[in-house]
Amino acid sequence: MTAETSTRSVVVEKEFPHPPEKVWRALTERSLIEQWLMQNDFEPVRGRAFTLRANPAPNWNGIIECEVVAVEPNKTLSYTWGTLGMGTVVTFTLTPTDGGTHLRVEQSGFGPDQEKNYKGAIYGWKSFIGKLEGVLGGLES
Amino acid sequence: MPNAANNVFKALSDPTRRALFERLTRDGDLTVHALTRCAGVSQPMVSKHLSALKRARLVRNRRKGRETHYHARPEALEPLVDWIGQYGAFWQNKLDRLGELLERMDK
Repeated sequence: MTAETSTRSVVVEKEFPHPPEKVWRALTERSLIEQWLMQNDFEPVRGRAFTLRANPAPNWNGIIECEVVAVEPNKTLSYTWGTLGMGTVVTFTLTPTDGGTHLRVEQSGFGPDQEKNYKGAIYGWKSFIGKLEGVLGGLES
Repeated sequence: MPNAANNVFKALSDPTRRALFERLTRDGDLTVHALTRCAGVSQPMVSKHLSALKRARLVRNRRKGRETHYHARPEALEPLVDWIGQYGAFWQNKLDRLGELLERMDK
């Protein structure tokens, strides 16, 4: 395991009994995003910066700085995800299925792709260590 | 949870050890004496905690004259990063909520 070369991804997949158009709305409309993810000022425009806001936790202000990387309606949405000194990219991929939509979420770039990020990540992980639930599943917005 | 991650979690479960590790991450190379000054516990306790951090490979030490110097090995946190990556609980949780939202949107 070398600190210099490795990056990692989180991949989570789920099937929804709803058409891609509807899932897309939930991924791209502010009031809907807020209901399942976090408060936000998202706009589905490539290059547009926005923030996601969760409840602050100890050592974490709850702010995630993002920028839209790719928008392909009903198919792909991708944005950068910067928090705790870590720069990662989140990509949502929608695939129509017989019964609805298969959604794949990949968050990639975890790990020390740059020295600066790495150092930042190390500080960032402190808050994770301090309050596991706060950063993991319990990021209730 | 893999063994390496287990050791790291265990070592960092103690607030004094966490503070020592954070200090070394921030300030680089420090002697036991320097660490003791801010630790709020006795030097033997600091040494004991440093040994625990060393067992988890979170710090490394070297002797220099009469003093022992410690520095952090932040890369030892990697098992933790791996663990959280595999876990993916954050997105599992969010996608469950997305599913609930999609149900509500029907109405």
